[in-house]
Parts: sequence; structure tokens; C-alpha cells
Amino acid sequence: MDALARLLTEYDVLGAFWMTIKLTVLSAVGALVIGTVVAVCRVSPVAVLRGFGTAYVTLIRNTPLTLIVFFCLFGIGNTLQVQLADPDSPTSIADNTFRFGVIALAVYHASFVAEALRSGINTVPQGQAEAARAIGLGFLPTLREVVLPQAFRGAIAPLGNTLVALTKNTTVVATIGVAELAYQMRNMIEFSPSLLYAIFVLIAFCFVVLTLPTGLLFTYLSRRLVVQR
Amino acid sequence: MSTQAVLFDVPGPKARLTYRIIGVVAVLLLLGLVALVVRGLANPDDNQFAPEKWAPFVDPVTWTAYLLPGLLNTLKAAAIAVVLSIAVGLVLGVGRLSQSRLLRALCGLYVEFFRSVPVLVMMIFAYFFAVFVVGITGDGASLFGVVAGLTLYNSSVIAELIRSGVFSLPRGQREAGLAVGLTPSQAMMAILLPQAITSMLPSLLSQLVVILKDTALGYIINFSELLRGGQNLSTNYGNLIPTFLVLAAMFIVINYALTLVARLVERRLQRSARGGPPVDPEANPTLVAAGPAAPAVGADAR
Repeated sequence: MDALARLLTEYDVLGAFWMTIKLTVLSAVGALVIGTVVAVCRVSPVAVLRGFGTAYVTLIRNTPLTLIVFFCLFGIGNTLQVQLADPDSPTSIADNTFRFGVIALAVYHASFVAEALRSGINTVPQGQAEAARAIGLGFLPTLREVVLPQAFRGAIAPLGNTLVALTKNTTVVATIGVAELAYQMRNMIEFSPSLLYAIFVLIAFCFVVLTLPTGLLFTYLSRRLVVQR
Repeated sequence: MSTQAVLFDVPGPKARLTYRIIGVVAVLLLLGLVALVVRGLANPDDNQFAPEKWAPFVDPVTWTAYLLPGLLNTLKAAAIAVVLSIAVGLVLGVGRLSQSRLLRALCGLYVEFFRSVPVLVMMIFAYFFAVFVVGITGDGASLFGVVAGLTLYNSSVIAELIRSGVFSLPRGQREAGLAVGLTPSQAMMAILLPQAITSMLPSLLSQLVVILKDTALGYIINFSELLRGGQNLSTNYGNLIPTFLVLAAMFIVINYALTLVARLVERRLQRSARGGPPVDPEANPTLVAAGPAAPAVGADAR
């Protein structure tokens, strides 16, 4: 207990915890948006878009997240010289790495969201789409009004898995120096190696608090919102 | 036929024209994006397409000094972690299904805990554990950290796979075993486990992709894997972007090949009568929904 109190007063653990939450929420929203677009591309009648969707999922899913994070910061940030933060503000470097981290996380997890949605679309009975077409809806209205709302409800379980994985994967942006939990953990161990176990338990606890309730909530939701047929 | 195939009508002449226009516009947009990136990469100050930035990759020394040792370390760590994870995962999976309530609870606690904690956090802990408590330093500590982190996480995922594999078997299998006089543990060993393992083979193979990708996390604890090798290479030659592209290509080829093998195995299992049907996590969401890792082929975000 003594050790915990010392850690909490000496290091900004709460700040790191908040950073992890911010990373999770922002990249989850980004991943949901990009993933939905990619999923719609994958089932669209235009062959080019289908090819794009398939290529996106295959390429991104087989690349390690660490590599994507590096690519975003060093490739887009340094080589292409894209700045995502006001270069004059005092926190511009931290803001910049944070934003590139969010983009990398969103881009990576979008491929898993797209796969989850595609499996969700497959749970919708054919008759639904056929009925929508029969009353004259085109491709996009069919998806928007009939298929996707049901697909989202059918895909809640895999989407929840992706969100939990995303929460844990936010640790990877520690490699580019975003001050979240894993970064803070390394920092703490280097300066107080005698508290190794307490630090591990503290950080692990932070993640258990985030991931276990998320998992339980999504299991509950997937049962609650499943489309009765 | 799935819903996917009936989302739109068979296009008539007008719709075909519309689709073609959308297709052309999409191609133009993508090409425009690529052109922007290429122009950015080829800026005169630091041209990433300059031949001298790509020349290292035809030099055998680059491969023998940087990339192949890195790849070897990546594969070595992945291989050790796979073997350990399967061994530990089997024990845990059987433990979760055992008759003893205490054993079930202990294994359940292990599985739930290590599935909820990021691999990187365990790697960092194991690395510093090796340095400060065991007293190993350098490459040994890094390898220990990577393997321990991967094993702790993946063994709990595999334990879950085994459990859902056993649950997906028809109840009659176990009952028939008991009826011919096997004890519950004999029935588990001789009847349930072999079938469960066969049916989870595709998910196990796609877990290999996850393990291989996760070795790249070893970068942060100074493990000299493929990414670190590439980093060293690019600091020597100042060719960060070409190196990253080559590294990504290497990872994608290896992982995509593994995914294809997993799909092949799944298809063969579906055709053969032996073993249960491949574990389908969507079919029994209560078993896997709470977990961070869906064991569907390639559907796992880790």
C-alpha cells in the first residue's frame, strides 16, 4: 500500500490512465468510421471499390501495429512533413505524436471493424435485402435503411472484441513516446526498480478496470440487442 | 448464398454506366492520393526514390547483417512462444474443464487476467524481471521478455480456444465415453481433446499470425527483431521509408501465407467427416464474446 501511494504521488499515473482512455475513445470512433466505409466498399457493386476494400483489410491486418505507428509518425510526419498540431504551441511535439498515434490506431483497427461488419452483414437474412430491393431501394438506401442497422446489431460481439483489443493496443504508441500507461510503466520501473511488482500490479489493474467491464458490457449488449428472428 | 451477394440488382445498362463512372472516379481519387504521397516522398531535399536509398537492398550484406538476423530472431521468439503457449494453453484449457472447482477457478483467474492485460505490459514486466530479479542482461533479457509476454497472453487465448472447442462437441461424445466405462479424465483425453484440437486448428494457425506480429513489440524492450534490424539499417543509410516498405512487405507475405494455410486447413476440416465442425465463435458468442480475442480465422485484432 505504501508503495502504491508512493507511485501515485511521485508519478503521473492518473494522467497516463487518462491518456490511455483518450487514445482508446478517439481511435475507436475513427476506426468505426473508416471501418464502416471499408466494409461498404467491400460489398459494393463497383469492382474497384471492392478491390480497394479487400486490399485494405489484407494489407493492414497482416502488418504489425508497431510498424504502422512508425510509418505514420516517421513516414507521414517527418518525411512528408505533415504537421497535425500548431508548430508554435508549447505542446506541439506531444500533440503531434498523440494525433499520429490516434490515426495509426484507427487505421489499424478499421480493418478489424470492417471484418466484423462484414460478418454482421452476413447474419442478415437474404430476404431483408431482397425485400428492400423489391420496394425500389438502391444499393446505398438498402444498406442504410435495412441491412446495416441489423448488421451492426449482429456484429456487436466482434466489435466489442475489437474495442477490447484496441484498448490494449494503445500501449503500442508508447514506442513513439506518447505518455500513456505502458510508457509511464517503463519510466517508473527505470526510476524505482525496487517497486517492480507494485508497478506491474498497478498498471495491470488499470487495464483490467478498462477491459473487463467493456467485455462484459458488450456480451450483455450482444444478447440484448440481437435481432430476434 | 449470403446477403452480400443480393445487396444490389443485376445492373442494367444505366446502372452499369453509373458504376463505371463511380469506378473511374474512385480510381482517379486513389491515384491522386498516391501521386500526392509520391510527390511528397520524392521532394528534392530528401528524395526517397533516389537509387542510393534502394541500393542497400540488392547488397547481400544488408540482408546478412541487418534483416535476416532480425527475421531469424523474430521467428525464433515466435517459435519458442508458440510451443510454450500451446503447452501451457493445453494444461490451462483442461484445467478450466476439470472436475475440481478450485482448479477451475484458478485456471479461470489466470486466463481472464492475462487476457485483459496488454502483451506489451507483460513484456516490459518480464524484461525488467529478468534484468533486476533473475540478473540476465542484454539479448537474453529481451528474448525472455518477449517470449514470456507472448506466452502469458497466448496461452490464455489458446486455453479459451480449447474450452470452446470442447464445448462445441456434441454432448453424446462424452456420454458415450462414460457409458463404455471411461473415467471423466480418460474421456477428456481420449475422446474430447483430440476432436477439440482438430476443430480449433484453423484458429490456432491464425493465432500464429498474431504471435508473429506481436514479436514486433519486442522493439520497445530492445529485442533485436526484424523491426529493430530495419531501424539500424535505416539509420546507417538514411533510407527510413524504403526500409519500412520492405519490412511491411516481409511481414505481409509471411502472415498472408499463414492465413492462407489456416483457410486451407479449415476448408479441409469442413469437408472431412473426422472431428467436429471448426470452432465458429459467432455460433456461440457467450463463450468468446467477453474475451479480447475472437478466435475466428484472421478475425483477431491482436
